[in-house]
Amino acid sequence: MNSENGMSRRAALVKLGVLLNSVVGVFLAVPIVRYLLSPVTREKKVGYESWLSLGGLEQFPAGQTRLATYRNPVVNSWDGETGDIACWVRRVDDQTFQVFAINCAHLGCPVRWFAQSNLFMCPCHGGAYYQDGSRASGPPERGLFQYQYKIEDGKLLIKAGEMPTPGQPVASKAGGKTTCA
Amino acid sequence: MRLIQKVGDWFDLRLQLGAPIRETAEHPVPRETASWFYVFGSAALTVFMLQMVTGILLALIYVPSAGEAWNSLQTLNHGVSLGWFIRALHGWGSNFMLAIVFIHMVQVFLFGAYKFPRELTWIVGVLLLLVTLGMAFTGQVLRFDQDAYWGLGIGASIASRVPVIGPWAVKLMLGGPIIAGATLSRFFALHVFVVPGLLIAFVSVHLLMVLKLGINEWPMPGRIVRRATYMQEYHELTHKQGVPFVPNAVWKDILFSGFILLSIAVCAVYFGPFGPGGQPDPTIIQTAPRPDFFFLWLYALLTFLPPAAETPILLIGPAIGIVVLLALPFVAGEGEKSWKRRPIAVLTILLVAVSLGTLTHLAEHTPWSPVMDAWSSQPIPAEFLQGRTALERHGALVFQAKQCHNCHSLDNKGGQRGPALDAVALRLTEDQLIRQVIQGGGNMPAYGKNLSPAETTALVAFLETLHPANQKPARNASQAMALGTSEVSPR
Repeated sequence: MNSENGMSRRAALVKLGVLLNSVVGVFLAVPIVRYLLSPVTREKKVGYESWLSLGGLEQFPAGQTRLATYRNPVVNSWDGETGDIACWVRRVDDQTFQVFAINCAHLGCPVRWFAQSNLFMCPCHGGAYYQDGSRASGPPERGLFQYQYKIEDGKLLIKAGEMPTPGQPVASKAGGKTTCA
Repeated sequence: MRLIQKVGDWFDLRLQLGAPIRETAEHPVPRETASWFYVFGSAALTVFMLQMVTGILLALIYVPSAGEAWNSLQTLNHGVSLGWFIRALHGWGSNFMLAIVFIHMVQVFLFGAYKFPRELTWIVGVLLLLVTLGMAFTGQVLRFDQDAYWGLGIGASIASRVPVIGPWAVKLMLGGPIIAGATLSRFFALHVFVVPGLLIAFVSVHLLMVLKLGINEWPMPGRIVRRATYMQEYHELTHKQGVPFVPNAVWKDILFSGFILLSIAVCAVYFGPFGPGGQPDPTIIQTAPRPDFFFLWLYALLTFLPPAAETPILLIGPAIGIVVLLALPFVAGEGEKSWKRRPIAVLTILLVAVSLGTLTHLAEHTPWSPVMDAWSSQPIPAEFLQGRTALERHGALVFQAKQCHNCHSLDNKGGQRGPALDAVALRLTEDQLIRQVIQGGGNMPAYGKNLSPAETTALVAFLETLHPANQKPARNASQAMALGTSEVSPR
């Protein structure tokens, strides 16, 4: 069966078979990888963030910090209550707001507001923040994450849609840690 | 009996498994390995089988949907006959499996079982440890309650710190921009398909190698492992002095596995299932998320790492740990096996055990977290208020109203975030107290903008009373000199 150059017909056919499977494998791998990466690629195409209303300005008395909730703009019908997100709204004066993410800048636990001592405190590892969101003490490396906001038709709108994390804080896109609109 | 024999023969003619099974069961093992120290591997396998059975039973009811998972867990607990018991078996089985895997690992480490020729058995064992921890973490997510939700937030926050690809890693982990249905679905797929698949594959390879290479012999001080001679020595231990695995050694494995299964069942009946805790509603923020027992040490570690070092340690630390474990059999592939001649190995185990134990103990008490309701639920003990002036009592009121009590304890009541203040007046002078309250520092927020001068005066007046009756409060000696008096008048 062996031919002169050392390769039999059957060995060549095995190689052809392996080659065919490799080509098909690559063809299948591309859609599989794209499918798996869709949470990342979607962000580049459509984006996750949009402007959402937190309600009328009258809900947020000047000088106070209130809890507000919104429905995340990107949800599926089976997300249930996980699609509802909370945030802290501080009305500094008539037209100036600060909207803080609920997530501690350390590891994302929900911070609580204490109006008596004007501090945000985190229950997980003891992070604390002043009323303007700046870091007061504990393990966080930075102040609370802030959402961009704007006021339209007597309503407070924020740009939200992604969970802020130390690696991608919402405020970083806005370019500053103080309020911006 | 003859019928059973006939049926058996009919199958064996076709399967031809009888002889290899008998050979495997009766393979000779070193005499001393028929020991109670050698039962942990088989016990881990037994618990894994229990986890597979109970896991499949739970999957009959459980709904892996963010909107419904919590309700389906309630149905399992309350609406299905003995659903609570199956959940409890699975939950306690998980804890037992992790504990046994850890004990097994310590045992094979101290017995030098990772040395030649069992390096690969050890490496697959390390992978099995990681995969078991992966099962525990993903399983904790499937118990989709507040702890699971915020635990995912902690995971995402850690993932986001990876340089460059951090934000991508978060979205791949969560399956989208937030913790929601896609997140639970992918953790379900991991917990039910991907990780168990890896676990079964690794267990098979691990077990195959134990059979092919033989169980590690009982380490004797002075019996040195050398690549050139080991195989011959082991052959003599097994074939000249050895005993058949069945029945000489196997009865201890069977008894211990039965004892472990019984213990899991007793814990399941007595303690019941784990949770679920509160609903996974992120708008309910009155929660203090905590991980399950085997991740508590990590939770504590995340408190104590200095902020600047946290990210590098979090990202590089685990990688170093895994590399050390994987490299161990190549660094120490020969030499002494006995723990009696390996003091550093014994000390390493003790150090790791004490560290993990201490961190776990701390995480169970979370002294670093403010006691969020101390200011409203824990009054200042009466002895701190009796015989005080009106100003000092007003200071005590400020102490409560401004939530100082959340972080500072009096008479062991209140938070432990900051130092206890029972005798603070001995440590700090009046000026130092004022400075500390107004400017903060040393991990304390500054209260300057939040206290009126009158409140600060009252608060410091109260703090000045916090000293034992027979000891005078701290004073500034130089101030007394400057004022020309011998002593500053105490308040």
